[in-house]
Formats: sequence, C-alpha cells, structure tokens
Amino acid sequence: MSKFNIQLVTGIFVALGIAAFTYAAVNIGGVSFREQPSYTLKARFTSISGLRTGAVVEAAGVRIGTVSNIEFDPETYEAVVSLRINQNVPVQEDAIAAIRTQGIIGEKYVKLTPGGFDELLEDGDEILETESAVSLEELVSKYIFGGGSSSQ
Amino acid sequence: MSSSTANHGVTGNAIEVRNLTVDYGTRRILTDIDLDIPSGKVSVIMGGSGTGKSTLLRCILGLKQPTAGSIHVLGTDITKASTRQLYQLRKQTGVAFQGGALFSSMTVGENIQLALREHTELDENTIQIMTRIKLDMVNMLHAEHMMPSELSGGMTKRAALARAIVMDPKLLFFDEPSAGLDPSTSAELDELILMLRDSLKMTIVVVTHELESAFKIADRISIMGKGTILATDTPEGIRTSSNPEVQGLLHRKPRTSVLDTEAHLKALMGVRS
Amino acid sequence: MIKALETLGATVLESLEMIGRTFNLLLVTVWEMLQPPYRFYPIVRQMYFIGARSISLIVISGVTIGMVLGLQFYYILERFGSTDLLGSGVALGVIRELGPVMTALMVVGRAGSAITAELGIMRTTNQIDALECMAISPDKFLVGPKVIAGILSVPLLTHIFDFVALFGGYFVGVVMFSVPEGSYMNGMVDAVQWVDVRLGLVKSLIFGLLVTLICAAQGYYMHLTKAGSQGAEGVSFVTTNAVVLSSISVLFADFLIGALLQ
Repeated sequence: MSKFNIQLVTGIFVALGIAAFTYAAVNIGGVSFREQPSYTLKARFTSISGLRTGAVVEAAGVRIGTVSNIEFDPETYEAVVSLRINQNVPVQEDAIAAIRTQGIIGEKYVKLTPGGFDELLEDGDEILETESAVSLEELVSKYIFGGGSSSQ
Repeated sequence: MSSSTANHGVTGNAIEVRNLTVDYGTRRILTDIDLDIPSGKVSVIMGGSGTGKSTLLRCILGLKQPTAGSIHVLGTDITKASTRQLYQLRKQTGVAFQGGALFSSMTVGENIQLALREHTELDENTIQIMTRIKLDMVNMLHAEHMMPSELSGGMTKRAALARAIVMDPKLLFFDEPSAGLDPSTSAELDELILMLRDSLKMTIVVVTHELESAFKIADRISIMGKGTILATDTPEGIRTSSNPEVQGLLHRKPRTSVLDTEAHLKALMGVRS
Repeated sequence: MIKALETLGATVLESLEMIGRTFNLLLVTVWEMLQPPYRFYPIVRQMYFIGARSISLIVISGVTIGMVLGLQFYYILERFGSTDLLGSGVALGVIRELGPVMTALMVVGRAGSAITAELGIMRTTNQIDALECMAISPDKFLVGPKVIAGILSVPLLTHIFDFVALFGGYFVGVVMFSVPEGSYMNGMVDAVQWVDVRLGLVKSLIFGLLVTLICAAQGYYMHLTKAGSQGAEGVSFVTTNAVVLSSISVLFADFLIGALLQ
C-alpha cells in the first residue's frame, strides 16, 4: 500500500473518530462549545440527597439550566447549590426552587416554580424559597410510624 | 579522553581491548582479554563455536556491558561512554550481522537508505544515487526493490554489507561472512572485503570460524579458545605457531572417539567396554 | 514446600523485573521522542495499522454488543414496566464501561499481539541490535510511534465503538421492540453527562498507553527472559504473555479508574 493511501485511510479514520467523539460529547453528553449566555443563582437546601453537579434545572418541565456547583456550609449545615440559568429566563424574587426526582427511582433535578413579584433576581443572588429533597426512606418511615416524630 | 585519543594516534590501533572479562550470571564467558585491532588492516577473530567470539564482538559494539576491563574504540572508552558518545561513534562504524539482520518490513534499498535518511540532510536524489553506488559495489543493483525475505543467503549477506558501508565508516565489523555459503559466493565476499580495505582504507574486523577464508583475507589473525585469546599474529605466524591448541584448530584435529569407530558405535548404543 | 516457595519467589521477582522494565521503556521512549528530529509519518503508519485497520472489527463488535445490551436491558426493564430507561441503560453502560474496555481488548487481540510478535522477531534476528549499531535509537524508531499511535487510536476507536453500539441498542429497542423513539433518545441524553463521556475518554487514553506499552515491552525485552533463547517458540510464548498481561491490566485499570474518578 502506498504512502498516500495510508495517509488517506488514516485521515478518514481520525475524522470518523473525532466525529463520533463530538457526537457523544455534544449530542449525548450535553456539552456546548458555544457557552450559552447564562447567570448564576444560589439556593440553600437542608438536604439535597442524590443531586449532583450537571443535574438539570427545569421550569414547567422544560430545561432552563444546570446545577453548576454544590457546596456545604459548615455554619448552617446547609447545602449551597449554584444554579446556572439561561440568560433569557427571568426568575422572580419569590420563585421556589425544589429538588425533585424523575419517577420513583430516577435522577434528581431542580424544579423552579415562578413567583408573583415584579422584582427579578440577578447574577449571584439567592433564591430564598426552597424545598429540600424528599427521601423515599423518610416517606416510608413517616407512613409506617406515623407523624415521623423522632420520639417514637 | 584527549590523552587516549593521542594514544590512539601513536599506536595506530583502531580498537584496544584491555583486561576484558564478561560473566553471564555465574558463568564466565571471557577471561582477561587483551586485543589490539590495527587501523587500515583486516583483522580476523577466529575460533570454534562457544569460545566467546560473538560475546567479544557484542562487547566491542557496545551491545553488551562487560563485567570488567576497558574497550577503546577510535579513542573512546565505550565501557564508560554516554549514549550520545556511543551513538556518535556508531555513525563511524558499520556492522554486518551474521543473519543479515535486514529490516524485514523494508525493501533492500530502503534498508540501505535508512542511515542516510536518519543521519544526513541529503536530498532524495543524492540518497537514491548513493544507495545504487553501494548496491553496485556488492553487485546487488538488481535487488534494490526486493524484500529481504526474497533474498538468498549470499544476497542477504551482500545486502547487509552494503547497508553497513553506506555511511562510509572508518570501522567495519563483519560477523561470519562465509557461514552457510557455497565456496564461490564465499570467495566473492572475501574479494569484497579486501577491496573495501584497499580502496576505502577501512579498518575491518571479521569474526569467523572458516579457516580458508580467514587466511585469505587476514592481515592479522587472533585465535580464540575457551574465553581467552590463544594467539594473535600474521597468518604466517599463526601457521607456524608452536601453540598446540592453535595447531589443533588449524589441522581440525577431531575428537579421538570419532576416529575409533568401533568404540564410538558401542558408546552410541550404550554398550560399556 | 521450600521448592514451592522458591518457585513463588522467582515468579514474583520475575514479574517485578518485567514491571520495572516496562516502566523503564516508557521513560526512555518518552525521553527519546522528545529529542529532535521529530518524524510524523511513522506515527501515521502505526495509526493506520492499529486504528484504521481495526475499524471493521470495532464496528462489527460494537453493533453486536449494543444489540445484546439492548436485548438484555429490555427483558429486565420490561418486568418493571420501565422500558423508558432502556436508552439510559444502554448509553451509560456503553459510554462508561463497555466501549473503552471492549475496544481495548479488541486492540490487544488485533494490534497488540502483532506488535509483540514484530518486536520479538526483530530482537531474535538482531534487527534491534542492527538499529543500535546504526546509531538509531530503537526506542524512538520502533517503540515510540507505536505507543503514541496507541494513545491516539484507542480513544478514536472507542468513540466509533460507542456510536455504533448506541445504534445497535437503538435498533433493538426502537425498531424491534417499539420503545418510543423520543423516550429512548431523551433517556440517553438525560442520563449521560459530560463526566461520563470524560470518564470514557480518560479510560480509553490510558488503555491505549497500557496496551501498546505492555505489548511492546514483551517483545522488546524478549532477550532478557527465558523465552529469549528459544527463537520462534519464544516469540509465540511472549506474544501469548503480552495478550494475557495487557488484557488483565486493562480490566484492572478499568476498575481502578472507575474507583478513583467516580
């Protein structure tokens, strides 16, 4: 096989490989090379069990952003979650951020419910109304032991 | 190193081996060898199999680190040289290995060109011409585009020789040039070696066990036996040597048991006398 | 008893020696590759051999594995009535685990064994000595291009494998069992994050290095082992060794990377 053919075939191979990688990264992995304009909001939760960075932020079932960072605040014993929200989605001051599960054992995601105020949150602001993750075990124990009081 | 270079100029030796000792594990292969290879001459290292002549060659080529002793090649002690120094030295030496050691994935021509391509900035045209000159010297011009697997034994050795001399080395090593060849091909190679010495003034070291060709080409012969050098002399001096082991090798004295046919047969059949 | 302990000790020492040599080969090769002149055509040639020539094998095995995975996941998920998760299951399994591992094992079998045999034969027929004597570093000339081509080719092959395996799963799920196309594709997109794709990429890069390096070392250092003096038989012995060793290393590294990188 001549030098030219080897180079040609290898070139095709490399192109195919890079195309397949790009497909995996962009179409499936959800990487966007052209960073969508966005702003970041913070939200505090008493429990985020199972939420991880990269999880989806939804409003009305539509994806409007992602969880960009999760930190632990040792003073208040709360989880501080950074939400990267698309620039064109306004979030009101009294909007509610809730951690929900897709189906009964599915992925955790953050659900944003719009508020009624006119004041909008800006980059770096905090969403004050939050609902923490509801864990299946707690629900079950509440149901079984009734009331879920710890003195039981 | 400057002192040893001066030394090399005075003595006129291309290679000086001093007190060379080599062990493989616990087995001693070479014991305290001293050897001088004079410049511009053909030196033959001769000995039966298992006498350590290949090991000696590998040490001189820097492929094997000796247990003790020094080897000065063109003034550089290769037992202490850095990889860079060793590579510098190797650009001035050519080696034709016993089995040819041609690169099996390349044609004969590409084999010969490799050193030129790696070490020189010559343009393609010059490389092609130099390749053909060397191929012509060994009478292999027709085989330029053949693969090593298509060559006969004699052609392989000639191609290996062409590859060894492509950089016009000062020093040429030839391992067993006549092993496994018919007499006329072997004689052709002997002519070639003498031609290289006379026309290109190369220092040539030939390792062989063939008596006839050794005496034909050698300016000096070193005879090896069991890890030592028994004698180093001119062919005439070796012929008239009084050393019984040298004479034994020269006259191919066979083991006595083979001569005593009856006893030998009995031994083979396991009969005790 | 003592004999058995001796054998054990010798085996351990021998393995440690081999690991040391392999590591040494890596260091020397990296060092030599950093020295000019730089040549790219040898790398292209090796990528052609390790990568391009393996495409058909990778495509066939990828589609097959994707279909098998789709089939098995479908049967399990059907029992729980959650065939919606089929896309997620196939995509995560392929991209995180099966893609990199299966591709690496295929490369071991096809290209790795050939690398060992080639270098082993070059060692036994003095071709490597001949290179040394021509002042051409065999590390740079022989080993370097193979290792670099391995590091580049295995990730590319892995992603080709991933792509066709996802297609195989899609074929079984959507075409054969009529899982809704939307739920299959969305399941895939929702479940797989960039970290999963990155994990697959990191794995395949490391596997590419491991496979080519181990296979090269087995052939290259053949003369230092017992097999060194056995000619053709020795070559077949080290080739078998290389396939076994590099396959085990891939599986072990897979576990290790999975545990460390999460």
